[in-house]
Amino acid sequence: MDFLRPETLAEALELKAARPDAVPIAGGTDVMVEMNYDHRRPSALLDLTRIPELQQWSDGLRVGAGVPYVRIIDELGAQLPGLAMAARTVGSPQIRNRGTVGGNLGAASPAGDTHPVLLASDAVIEVASVRGTRMIPAAEFYLGVKRNALEQDELIVAVHLTPAKGPQQFSKVGTRNAMVIAVCSFGISLFPEENRVGAAVGSAAPTPRRAGEAEQFLASALDFRNPKPLLDSVKREFGELVSQAASPIDDVRGSAAYRKHALAVMARRTLGWAWQELLDGERACA
Amino acid sequence: MRVNVTVNGEQRQADDVWEGESLLFMLRERLGLPGSKNACEQGECGSCTVYLDKVPVCACLVAAGQAQDREVTTVEGLADGDVLDPVQEAFVEAGAVQCGFCTPGLVVQAHDLLDRVPNPSDPEIREALAGNLCRCTGYEKILDAVRLAASRR
Repeated sequence: MDFLRPETLAEALELKAARPDAVPIAGGTDVMVEMNYDHRRPSALLDLTRIPELQQWSDGLRVGAGVPYVRIIDELGAQLPGLAMAARTVGSPQIRNRGTVGGNLGAASPAGDTHPVLLASDAVIEVASVRGTRMIPAAEFYLGVKRNALEQDELIVAVHLTPAKGPQQFSKVGTRNAMVIAVCSFGISLFPEENRVGAAVGSAAPTPRRAGEAEQFLASALDFRNPKPLLDSVKREFGELVSQAASPIDDVRGSAAYRKHALAVMARRTLGWAWQELLDGERACA
Repeated sequence: MRVNVTVNGEQRQADDVWEGESLLFMLRERLGLPGSKNACEQGECGSCTVYLDKVPVCACLVAAGQAQDREVTTVEGLADGDVLDPVQEAFVEAGAVQCGFCTPGLVVQAHDLLDRVPNPSDPEIREALAGNLCRCTGYEKILDAVRLAASRR
């Protein structure tokens, strides 16, 4: 096995082009588990932790794929509240010190914690190779269980996200707060200026998935210009549509029926919290 | 491959490191530092917690090669000669150590917490230690130890 240690992004892309079989490693929270358990023996590891371009963010926001969760929580929480909420539910402090959004996208597990938020907030994934750069909307990035849209010579470079223009929420079901792989999860983003809603489910289908019908229903049911307390019927219908968007399976973490039920509950609750934040904001402005 | 790394303030060199091995393996088996414990090998238990460039991490999830030119502090590096770190002393006094297997990881993680938050609330202590499993103590004595260490620092 080779251990490749590029110092710049350009060097990393050259190496990945020459060695498409090399497995990229950043925080190691997925890759090292597979190594430790003999589940994976790649011919090379491509260490991305020395590349400064991946550890930074710039206004707009372009968040480097190697920014660890702890920095998203501590330093980007005001601009990206949904992503910070999801990041807070990842593993433990030690895991959040190392794990990255780039790694979540690279692993493309249906249960990855940040995926519902990335989908609900219209994230765009920047991937690069020696051939050039591609911008892939999150909704087109997840192709199957642990499969994503990356070509063999490409690396995930950054995630592009707009600073939140409205309330965002994330919710996750598990057996305890820490160290839990999601039984199912849900993210919602409100875009009041555009009369639009983003909603997506995690760990409830072969890929993380947007709940398109639920989004459309909510966008037409909500009055963003003149927000009033939510009707229970709206919350219920939204929860039902979110649940219908999922196609979960029975597995060790939970049954399909439970996941469907829990998604409807999470959708209702997170909508309630997000809408309340909007109402409170209106009141504060008045 | 060869890995050069600063461990507990000392420049160290490990040879014949397998490219896929963990920092934990290198510390224990090649550098003679068995303080960090090897249990779950998947980042679930926190027994192998060490500082990597001053940030606590699970050493089992760091590839040894990623530690090249970095700075590692293990539980062995916390005491000043024979004088224990206040966190270590508090663990002994509070009876927070039973079988002792989880202790090194908990000590490093608690040490980091108190560096960042000198007077942590109980929820802050619980959150900081959420990734460290202990099967003996029921955690109450560990919480006592962290509170005691905080009161003395």
